[in-house]
Amino acid sequence: MTTTKARVVYSPVFTDGAEFRIPTFKLLKQDGSLYKGAKAPDLDKDKALRIYRAMVTTRILDERMLAAQRQGRLSFYMQCTGEEAAVVGSAAALDDADMIMAQYREQGALAYRGFTIDEFMNQLFGNELDYGKGRQMPVHYGSSKLNYMTISSPLATQIPQATGYAYGQKLAGDGHCTITYFGEGAASEGDFHAALNMAAVHRVPVIFLCRNNGYAISTPAAEQFAADGVAPRAYGYKMDVIRVDGNDILAVHEATRAARTLAVEHNRPVLIETMTYRLAAHSSSDDPSGYRSKDEEAVWREKDPILRMRLWLESKKWWSEDDEKQLQENMRREVLETMKRAQKRPPPALDTLVSDVYDEVPPALAEQFDSLKSHIRRHPDAYPKSAEHAKGGL
Amino acid sequence: MTQMNMLQAINNALDTAMAANERVLCFGEDVGVFGGVFRATSNLQQKYGKARCFNTPLVEQGIIGFANGLAAQGSVPVAEIQFADYIFPAFDQIVNESAKFRYRSGNLFNVGGLTIRAPYGGGIAGGLYHSQSPEAYFAHTPGLKVVVPRNPHQAKGLLLAAIHDQNPTLFFEPKRLYRASVGEVPDEDYRLPLGEAEVLKEGTDITVLGWGAQMEVIEHAVEMAEKEGVSCEVIDLRTILPWDVETVANSVFKTGRLVVTHEAPLTGGFAGEIAATIQERCFLYLESPIARVTGMDTPFPLVLEKEHLPNHLKVYEAIRSSVEF
Repeated sequence: MTTTKARVVYSPVFTDGAEFRIPTFKLLKQDGSLYKGAKAPDLDKDKALRIYRAMVTTRILDERMLAAQRQGRLSFYMQCTGEEAAVVGSAAALDDADMIMAQYREQGALAYRGFTIDEFMNQLFGNELDYGKGRQMPVHYGSSKLNYMTISSPLATQIPQATGYAYGQKLAGDGHCTITYFGEGAASEGDFHAALNMAAVHRVPVIFLCRNNGYAISTPAAEQFAADGVAPRAYGYKMDVIRVDGNDILAVHEATRAARTLAVEHNRPVLIETMTYRLAAHSSSDDPSGYRSKDEEAVWREKDPILRMRLWLESKKWWSEDDEKQLQENMRREVLETMKRAQKRPPPALDTLVSDVYDEVPPALAEQFDSLKSHIRRHPDAYPKSAEHAKGGL
Repeated sequence: MTQMNMLQAINNALDTAMAANERVLCFGEDVGVFGGVFRATSNLQQKYGKARCFNTPLVEQGIIGFANGLAAQGSVPVAEIQFADYIFPAFDQIVNESAKFRYRSGNLFNVGGLTIRAPYGGGIAGGLYHSQSPEAYFAHTPGLKVVVPRNPHQAKGLLLAAIHDQNPTLFFEPKRLYRASVGEVPDEDYRLPLGEAEVLKEGTDITVLGWGAQMEVIEHAVEMAEKEGVSCEVIDLRTILPWDVETVANSVFKTGRLVVTHEAPLTGGFAGEIAATIQERCFLYLESPIARVTGMDTPFPLVLEKEHLPNHLKVYEAIRSSVEF
């Protein structure tokens, strides 16, 4: 049994889908003016500035923390540089109560939702105030109050989870949806297929947002897939899809706003492919000079999404040279001061080693913990951080 | 009390849980109008609607990924994997995601509501891929609970406990007993404790330990041994993770001997974990080496299934050699 009435032919006819070319949605030119015929989305000044500040915060945080990693103050870091518009622009088109299930390069969405520099730093340094209790590597953020699901390293696992989360939202009838972010490399994982197919079959209010930034670590997109990007796959699932210029804040915002309407009001899952570029290295452990050219990077540096938005804001007289200078100075100072504060804070208490594995510590694990405490008591100099911070736990 | 087989008891447990809480959902391959290939979800869709009991596309990693998301949202998903042999595509979602959800988020998020049901075990001419007992793979994963019932009464009580437990729980159902095991099952909601073994029979000479369908094998072996005057203490472990070290150790303190048996292969099987732990705890009390009676270190064979399985004769021989050591 098929689900559609197929046209019958009497000789073998193959098709490779080449007739489906997905256009790229653009609104804003690099000089800050709109394309001819483009209609500016409904963005008031306050919201536009909230978006812009989140993008600048993300950029400054990324630059400073990469430097901190280079200085050996931080074990690891990952930048979002070049992709700020794709991430912040989409998050801004949602309701703040919608769930975000991200990959690991979406700190801009958290910045937009109001995660403070302190909160970022506490996670990066894994100190006693980190919500994740210092258990995960840097940039694995999470916030229940901001509806931002804690990040995990395994790629694409969050995509079917987003489908499940959104199915729960649909049953609850609370008018909310889930957005899940992933890169074009992660989209090669089986979990991507599982998630989109299940979302389409069960009509789940979920938005799949692919950041197609050209590379998965060193692997260029041409070695990731043979097709015209990730977007055409939506046809196979019978899912609404749109491709957007990911460096165009207005286009990303408008596309996501429309996608949210489809998801929440019509229970239609949507795939958005944002075309962008990973300007920075994959992570602090990576050096892109081994696999791509400076010329290629330069081309994209000229398409800087933050500069593009700034020029648009200035054209509307919502932003000035002075505003920019002040924001940059304040933000740099705040990042630096907050970093120093976070670095000085003690690590999480020793008993966080064994809590939250289960809702309660099982007896065998409690015994392992007792044995660890006795061991540390015998060798306090070998474990200065935890010994000092055991707070009577020893 | 109603006379039920194990499938009816499982169906009854799901019905009980869904009636009590509208956030309980059952889904998987063919669980909808068809009621599951073993009929464990019979009539649930008719009773609770398509939104709460439904078929999924045929994709195990998707079923569990979806279930993780639902559980994180606050729903109480009971996901079915059609055979435990097919749980491996979801291994990443279970081991890296379900098991670590609470820990990695500092308890900001959790998937405690998640239960994964899967028929497991051999003895039904299932060959390589309808016979496996994968519990040891999961026993190596902190954050999961792994539970195996041995009869209809256990199945309902332990499944309801798993559904209500605030941790992701794997519930392996011995499919050989689905229709073979029949017994009295209370009609109301009741829960048997997770993490607690059950002493089925007290004895003084040797402790014989197993779980699931293997308890029936143990029963026959013990009957043979007792006829020859060997007093056996029989324990059903019930929960593989976290397991009840206390009850097993206390038994071995008394008997000084231990036989552990499971269908899964010997090497890396859960009996190895039990043997090592009991050897540490009870070193001065042990009068013979701890014996493991298990499947062989081969894939699960079709035609020579009977030879492969740790049947009552093999368990009986292990009891004899232990007491004669």
